[in-house]
Amino acid sequence: MANITLRVNGQSRTVDVDPATPLLYVLRNDLDLHGPRFGCGLGQCGACTVLVKGAAMRSCILPVSTVQGAEVTTLEGLSVDGNLHPLQQAWIDEQVPACGFCQNGQILTAKALLDRNPAPTDAQIRQGMAGTLCRCMTYYRIQSAIKRAAKAIASGDGKGIA
Amino acid sequence: MTTRRDFIKTSGFLVVGFSLTGARLPLAAQGAEPGPYPDVDFRQLDSWIVIRQDNTATFFVGKTDLGQGTGTAFRQVMADELDMPYDRTSCVMGATQVTVDQGGSGGSDALQTDGYPMRRVAAEARRVLLEMASARFGVPVAQLVVSDGVVSVAADPSKRVTYGELIGGRKFNVTLTGDNVDATTGAAKLKDVQQLKIVGTSPQRYDIPAKVDGSLRWAVDVKVPGMVHARNVKPPVAGAKLASIDESSVKDIPGFLKVVSKGNYVAVVCEREEQAIQAARQLKATWSKPAAAAFPSSEDLFTYMRGATPTSSAPPSVRGDVEAAMKEATKVIEADYEIPFQGHVSIGPAHAMADPSDDQMTVYSNDMKSYGLREGVATFLKIPRDRVRVVWMEGPQGYGRTAADDAGFEAAYLAKEMGRPVRMQWMRDEETAWDTKAPAFAVKVRGALDAHGNLIAFDYDARTADFNHLGYNQPDTVLIAQLMGIRRDPPARGNSATPSEMYAIPNRRMAMHIVGLPLVWETPLRTGNLRDPNGPQSTFASESFIDELAAAAGADPVEFRLKLLTASTDDDSGFKRARSIACVKAAADAFGWDKRPSPKRRDRGEILTGRGIAYTYRSQTISAEIAEVEVNRRTGHVWVKRMVCAYDCGLVINPETLRRVVENGMLHSLSRTLHEEVRFDTEKVTSVNWASYPTMTHLDTPESLEVVLVNGDPKPKRPDLPHYGAGETVCKPTLAAIGNAIFDATGVRLRRVPFRDARVLAALKAAKV
Repeated sequence: MANITLRVNGQSRTVDVDPATPLLYVLRNDLDLHGPRFGCGLGQCGACTVLVKGAAMRSCILPVSTVQGAEVTTLEGLSVDGNLHPLQQAWIDEQVPACGFCQNGQILTAKALLDRNPAPTDAQIRQGMAGTLCRCMTYYRIQSAIKRAAKAIASGDGKGIA
Repeated sequence: MTTRRDFIKTSGFLVVGFSLTGARLPLAAQGAEPGPYPDVDFRQLDSWIVIRQDNTATFFVGKTDLGQGTGTAFRQVMADELDMPYDRTSCVMGATQVTVDQGGSGGSDALQTDGYPMRRVAAEARRVLLEMASARFGVPVAQLVVSDGVVSVAADPSKRVTYGELIGGRKFNVTLTGDNVDATTGAAKLKDVQQLKIVGTSPQRYDIPAKVDGSLRWAVDVKVPGMVHARNVKPPVAGAKLASIDESSVKDIPGFLKVVSKGNYVAVVCEREEQAIQAARQLKATWSKPAAAAFPSSEDLFTYMRGATPTSSAPPSVRGDVEAAMKEATKVIEADYEIPFQGHVSIGPAHAMADPSDDQMTVYSNDMKSYGLREGVATFLKIPRDRVRVVWMEGPQGYGRTAADDAGFEAAYLAKEMGRPVRMQWMRDEETAWDTKAPAFAVKVRGALDAHGNLIAFDYDARTADFNHLGYNQPDTVLIAQLMGIRRDPPARGNSATPSEMYAIPNRRMAMHIVGLPLVWETPLRTGNLRDPNGPQSTFASESFIDELAAAAGADPVEFRLKLLTASTDDDSGFKRARSIACVKAAADAFGWDKRPSPKRRDRGEILTGRGIAYTYRSQTISAEIAEVEVNRRTGHVWVKRMVCAYDCGLVINPETLRRVVENGMLHSLSRTLHEEVRFDTEKVTSVNWASYPTMTHLDTPESLEVVLVNGDPKPKRPDLPHYGAGETVCKPTLAAIGNAIFDATGVRLRRVPFRDARVLAALKAAKV
């Protein structure tokens, strides 16, 4: 065990864990952040996705020691001052989730995608999201929601969003 | 002892904690109530509805919502009968100590069956409230009007009172009647469909906001003081027997608490989750392999199934004389269809948290049938039933997986062993390899056409690998019980399926056989109910073969089906024939179907395009689906570019939610068509993760999904138009629609799913396409 200091959703948090512990368990069990969820523990499905310095990462295979000092954002940290991120709003407007278990990974992967490419084509959305699985098969509405959010951000609705 | 009064008293507090539009279960209060927990009495109106002084209502229903918006639909039908605004209602589901036992979820019966008692009790509450208002104002009920939870005197609207003012915080104390929960009723009559205002509109699902902002607490998130973490250690091969455990291999892991084992069931318990994962990986255990092969390999499965002696055969259903018709026919064709084992393969592995505090057992679970889990755990652990409760919480959808809630039983067993709260979660390889499977099917079909291309005989013979089918949370069939050596005698016989359509075929025979695999118990090839159990398999065979017959007759596939549907005017009480015809026509119209026989004249380029239709029903719900595909001649890759579904599930409660259920259902079956197959060698399942059990991804998503909601009832304005089940029928025809579209595009008939690239390419090459 060792003291490890993380920067999560804008706050500094220190935990006493084995440095090899995957970030996922620290977020869920020590920091009470339940947005990221265990799906496979193999980095295959995306349910555990978090943003590390803005990049979508699989927290189930990321040793906590490797993200010390880096800004980590979870689903809980996506909204600013209680205002939903345009992606979250688009998810509600499109009524995307079925069970919703994977949607943490879908939303955060889409966030990283739109940050890189604010106006993706349909093919770029499919490609960019390809590794993030959904067993309720909500893919069709996810892709609609990403397009809706991209438009909202482009039209200025997303101003002030981290 | 907990009473409804206690709950009503505390419920005012609860509502502060969970907003009416929020989706959070009132966890804290549920955890605070001491047992025992008597069964909730469905014959008391107070068991179903609580109305508070602030004129809000909470409905308590014995169902669960598996992400298909049923909770929202329950609120809609009940608010409508009660005359409360939707926004002033909330819904508590599947918490066994506060909701009546409606069996949990399954069988797409949420509205078709359970919606009726919900509507009737809400109507009864309205009737009682009107009587109370009548007494208060000294005016007959007939002279009162009610709107949005406010009763007023028709002649003097200044005389008004809210439901909350009439009853808020107090009990109705009204006894209902009915022999069983489904028959529950009061004296009030249901509203005519034409009077419903909230039904048929599309309020957004109340559970979604908390699912996108990260605030929802799921069953995976439950934490209580003193809770520890467990992981299983599964047998390395199917049927292996535990010889010994070397506990010293894990005792130095920080936080290690205990190895628990009984029979062939082994689990480790540690303080922290990552410690339990490490201990499960590191534990040295010696296992002895069984002498005989557990099953044939997945490559040899269908040969095995065709050669096996069935464990049971249902008496065939026979009409006319199939063999005589075959002899008279101008053309006889036959084919074999094969559907492998497919998994539930939930995105989140099995999990539960069990708390043995206060000499009772509380299981926090996403079990779709929480009441069955309660009963099963009580029997399994020999705890009085009223000392066990199950708190249903949201979880990853498994479309039937949680009906055999392995983790719920395991958590409860370990909590009892440890004497403290234990959280159990399976790892990915366990879930993919050891979850319950949809059984494999091998179907032989024969059909006969006369000189005019009429289908005069149809012979369907299915073999299904479904012996020892798992039931619902049975304490003698869940995996932990099997591994501990518990055996149900005899094992469940299993089920197969015959086609569901309204075709008028003069001679037909339909036969079903169940075959067993060598290893019956403790096997990862355990079969259970996967979304529309057996429907996709049987419909793949029958609706693909109808297409083969249409092609053999040189007929357009839509015309061929319509001819079979209209060849009789016999209909059932639900107008299934009329509604089938309406759906097939509606799908063809929406698609812009070009009338011609399949296959089409083949395209010249690398991409071959085609379209196919399939139709079926389940219970009273009809689905006709058309797929448009692109087949890459060079790679064998299939992209389903467009799908149209014409759907008739009777009265629609929430059109927008229904559209998504239908869209996602088609895509679930698309995944089963193109990707999904459980692979195994003769001793273990080798599909253990998302690489070895590939499924649909974003890349496969169609460009367009269109859902046409058909009400094909010949009397669509009737006041009692029923609401049928919506969640499963959609899954049935997709496989055949895609296969038929591939035939249309390529002239090649694929009779074995999944249509992975290599299999399609090999078939194209063999046919020199």
